[in-house]
Amino acid sequence: MSGAEKIAVTVTDIVPVNELVTRFEFKRTDGGLLPTFSGGAHTVVEMRDGDITRLNPYSLMSDPMDQTAYTISVRRDDHGRGGSLFMHTKVAIGDEMVISYPVNLFSLDLRAKKHLFLAGGIGITPFLAQIKQLERFNGHWELHYACRTQSLGSYVDELTSQHPNETHIYYDDQKQVIDLVRLLDGQPLGTHVYVCGPKGMIEWVRQTAAAEGWPREAIHYEEFLAPQPGKPFEVKLAVSNKVISVGEHESLLEAIERAGVDAPYLCRGGACGQCETNVIDYSGTFIHRDHWLDGAEHASGQKIMPCVSRFEGKTLVLDR
Amino acid sequence: MTKFTFPQSIKSRPIYGTLEARDGSAHLLVADAHGAEAILDVATPEMMAKAHIIYIPKGEHFEDKLRALKPALFYSGPSYSAAEPRLRKALADARMGLQVYLTGTEGLMGQAMNAAMAAGIPHTAIQTEHRGSVARRMQCVHCKGITEDVETDPFVCSHCGLNLFVRDHYSRRLAAYQGVRVDAEDPGNVPEPKGIYE
Repeated sequence: MSGAEKIAVTVTDIVPVNELVTRFEFKRTDGGLLPTFSGGAHTVVEMRDGDITRLNPYSLMSDPMDQTAYTISVRRDDHGRGGSLFMHTKVAIGDEMVISYPVNLFSLDLRAKKHLFLAGGIGITPFLAQIKQLERFNGHWELHYACRTQSLGSYVDELTSQHPNETHIYYDDQKQVIDLVRLLDGQPLGTHVYVCGPKGMIEWVRQTAAAEGWPREAIHYEEFLAPQPGKPFEVKLAVSNKVISVGEHESLLEAIERAGVDAPYLCRGGACGQCETNVIDYSGTFIHRDHWLDGAEHASGQKIMPCVSRFEGKTLVLDR
Repeated sequence: MTKFTFPQSIKSRPIYGTLEARDGSAHLLVADAHGAEAILDVATPEMMAKAHIIYIPKGEHFEDKLRALKPALFYSGPSYSAAEPRLRKALADARMGLQVYLTGTEGLMGQAMNAAMAAGIPHTAIQTEHRGSVARRMQCVHCKGITEDVETDPFVCSHCGLNLFVRDHYSRRLAAYQGVRVDAEDPGNVPEPKGIYE
């Protein structure tokens, strides 16, 4: 079976954080301890919704050293493919679920002299775990967190009361904006910047930091792409000799799995590179959405990341 | 001969590039001897307005030309050891956005890179360009003493006096190549020394 190793868990707590965000706590169903992890790690949650199985990644926000329970926060997306709505409306305390071992694609660089965290909205979650990790050994960090409104500011109260000197909050509706150029310019040598939030914010921080002369190695970002719906299309899987159709609301990877073909994956968000698949033949247009392959690879028509990318056209034959 | 193409070697051997002017909030340029030529090649008025040049002439006469670039700060000193406290202070006071350029001999670049890495700059973000002497900074694996400016292979350790073979095995931590006794099996049987790349 592909993906990280699985853990059977029970939902032990569900807490509405605000209008859009709900927190879920998982404990091992067999009563044992969960693995420790490192701040920034995510787990892939399996959601069995009738005939559909969704596997969505969520950042772990609990203390990385706490082996008794994991917590995640899920932001409801009414226009998404239904994973967050499933979590919000169908999951109840006591339910048994399956999650993956933690996988970290957004870890701290512990060589940094200082960690500068920039969060937008629900992008706060990986930082909650990283802050707990750094606090254990008196790490040097600072958080700048932009939220839409005061009422949608998940975990703002907890952060400002526990870390008043490190936490800086910005509310969009009060026209408060991170003064990024000044903030970056004032950082001591050896600072690493980490950004998690909407695509626009990630691009803004990456480009501004690069223009200010920050080394590429000191700029870290995490953006989970949710697979987007699109026109249904047919795919031939050459190795398993199957023709499958990808539905409007499922990803190519999900369709491959539904057909009983074991395909590699890890993040399911276009970031980690595990699901990279060779294209044997095609006639049509790729809709590449990952940020794993580079521009030349996207243009080559030889590779696709089935977790987030789609295809429109007559024929697509994959080496799977 | 101020530019030299090093032969292909093992993975641990450093590879040097060509300096290019990069955007940054400040520029720190460290050079010795003919490294001054690389600074003269890369310098722009915008860069020099925010530049700190630390230069070790080693008998070369580039100081006037470097001063004529009008860097914000200029220092010239007799040795790397003499310049090191200044370099460390400049790094300690620096903010993110600083660009570091190292040029000249391998020993100078290696030691300055060591200081820049300790200050928190990833080694891949530090630019280097070799110019001038191809002499090496060597560590004797037996006594651990460092011999500077080694031009021949084999050479005599300046600390313990053993005859050492010049290896390409490099330590970024020590900023030195490894020197290993050449006549351990047959004491006294020492090959005739020749230039490292001859």
